Amino acid sequence: MAFEAVSMQSRNVPVMIDIHSVSKSFVTRDADPVHALKDVNLEIYDNEFFTLLGPSGCGKTTLLRLIAGFEAPSSGAIRIAGNDVAALPPQKRPVNTVFQSYALFPHMSVAENVAFGLEMQNAPKALIDERVREALEMVRLEGFATRRPSQLSGGQQQRVAVARALAPKPSVLLLDEPLSALDLKLRKGMQSELKRLQRETGITFVLVTHDQEEALAMSDRIAVMRSGDVLQVGTPRDIYDNPQDRFVADFIGESNLLPGAALGRDPAKTIVVRPEHIVVSPVADGTKGHATGAVSAITFLGSDTLYEVVLEEGAKLHSRSRGGASLSTGDRVVVDWAHSVERELAN
Amino acid sequence: MGPNRTWLLIAPAMLVIGIFMVLPLFLAVAYSFMTANPYGGVTAPATFDAYLQFLYQRDFDDSLVFSPSYALIILRSIYLAIATTVICLVLGLPVAWYIVCQTPERRRILLFAVTLPFWINTLIRTYCWILILRDEGLANGALRHAGIITDPLPLLYNDGSILLGLVYTFLPFMVLPIYSTLERIDPRLIEAAHDLYASRAAVFRRIVWPLARPGALAGATLVFAPALGSFLAPDLLGGGKKLLIGSLIQMQFTSSRNWPFGAALSTVVTVVVLTVFVIRSRRVQEERR
Repeated sequence: MAFEAVSMQSRNVPVMIDIHSVSKSFVTRDADPVHALKDVNLEIYDNEFFTLLGPSGCGKTTLLRLIAGFEAPSSGAIRIAGNDVAALPPQKRPVNTVFQSYALFPHMSVAENVAFGLEMQNAPKALIDERVREALEMVRLEGFATRRPSQLSGGQQQRVAVARALAPKPSVLLLDEPLSALDLKLRKGMQSELKRLQRETGITFVLVTHDQEEALAMSDRIAVMRSGDVLQVGTPRDIYDNPQDRFVADFIGESNLLPGAALGRDPAKTIVVRPEHIVVSPVADGTKGHATGAVSAITFLGSDTLYEVVLEEGAKLHSRSRGGASLSTGDRVVVDWAHSVERELAN
Repeated sequence: MGPNRTWLLIAPAMLVIGIFMVLPLFLAVAYSFMTANPYGGVTAPATFDAYLQFLYQRDFDDSLVFSPSYALIILRSIYLAIATTVICLVLGLPVAWYIVCQTPERRRILLFAVTLPFWINTLIRTYCWILILRDEGLANGALRHAGIITDPLPLLYNDGSILLGLVYTFLPFMVLPIYSTLERIDPRLIEAAHDLYASRAAVFRRIVWPLARPGALAGATLVFAPALGSFLAPDLLGGGKKLLIGSLIQMQFTSSRNWPFGAALSTVVTVVVLTVFVIRSRRVQEERR
């Protein structure tokens, strides 16, 4: 499935953000400088929902702040819509940000918050009123124009933050972990809302998140990051099915990382198989699989059942199958999967 | 809990407020309606004389002649107190902003520096200004040494030196409340404003100042009220040539031995300050709506 990523890049889409060998180090007083980003190269296309995904401290938020202009890169160049923005402060970039803490102005009403960006651009009053109405409509907060941020729930504040950032119609909308403060149910709702807003406005969205499920559900493409490096860029499908790195395989969804030796193969390789691709059957059935072992634990997940199997060579793996349990703990089993679903990575 | 028990719980607070705040005020108002005892203190009967004395002079034939001299002293005092407040605000806001922008460690040091003058007696600190400003003082000496002047500048004993002394004394009361409101401003708000195309000036005007205003108002209150009643700086740095209300009141209780008049003046000042506060708090409430 590697061709998917290639086809995406060869399609001649205009590049909205070009990040060219960007590094960022923070000088600390007592320790060595912290390298938050190490020679990062990325192209984010126009009208794309792009996600920077990684654990905390991977540099994703730093990259976002570099694009917004809150920090300057130590080296490298950032171009937005073809223009080098190195010398531009945040107020001169066609980029708006939705902050993790929303950062709504507490002394202004919802409408005043949303109007702020347009006012600062000296837009005529009539246009401001129209855009504010439009933006509040877009996030379904029509009746809340005169409220103060403190009178709104977390979910509503989130919507105001999105409306405020969208009202000036920027070329790029940056979203810094926008859903992390919401509870699970609201989060799911906002995920599809943001996706809808991206499609309706045609604005390039750059989302920062540590939640791989969120990234898979919302993004057109994802960049997986770890400790200042971009490990892999691709569509959610591509990254899930074809991880090119042990970390990516482990971080995105659930994976079994099996040492080659455990399967009687090249010990310098790691075999990556998703739990849902592994079929577990009793030894008595006579199927010849990749390895044999014993069921060590069974977890009932509602629609699925999760088996934990300890292989004879000592490695442990998980298998997820539809329906209820047909095996019991201690059963001797054969584990099998199609060759097409496994990935072989260097250790 | 019954109403009786509730009363018991509030009682200590009421007692403190009563003894330390209401009673002295009540005494001052009561004294202002009494007759002066030439040896100090007050005696019966109750009269309005003290208030009449404020606006009228009693002529030899016992008729009352309008005399604005005391009212002018109050006006001049209000003018100097307002000037002190405005100068403190103009100086205090940038200082508070500068401190907020520092690392937590440097903030502590700078805040300590702001409160440092509290550790030395105000009288001594004010007297030090005389040493600096007088004709043979540090300032004139330095200027003469640098060859900028030959004759000493009249730096002492004028409105300028009074103002300087007042600003110097009350500046920390402006810096600290502004600092405490600025400190609570989420730095993300400033980033968000820049992100929404606001220039530095616009960020100050639309975000920082509106959020710092409650602190500035508190600071203005803390500076204006004591500056109005202050008598140290006017006496020492003004040379006592032109009376201010604080010195005038102090005189009534010491050399003049006219306690009712001193109390009446205090009451007038209190009414002026309270009026300013009431107007202010009304306006704040209107803004909140």
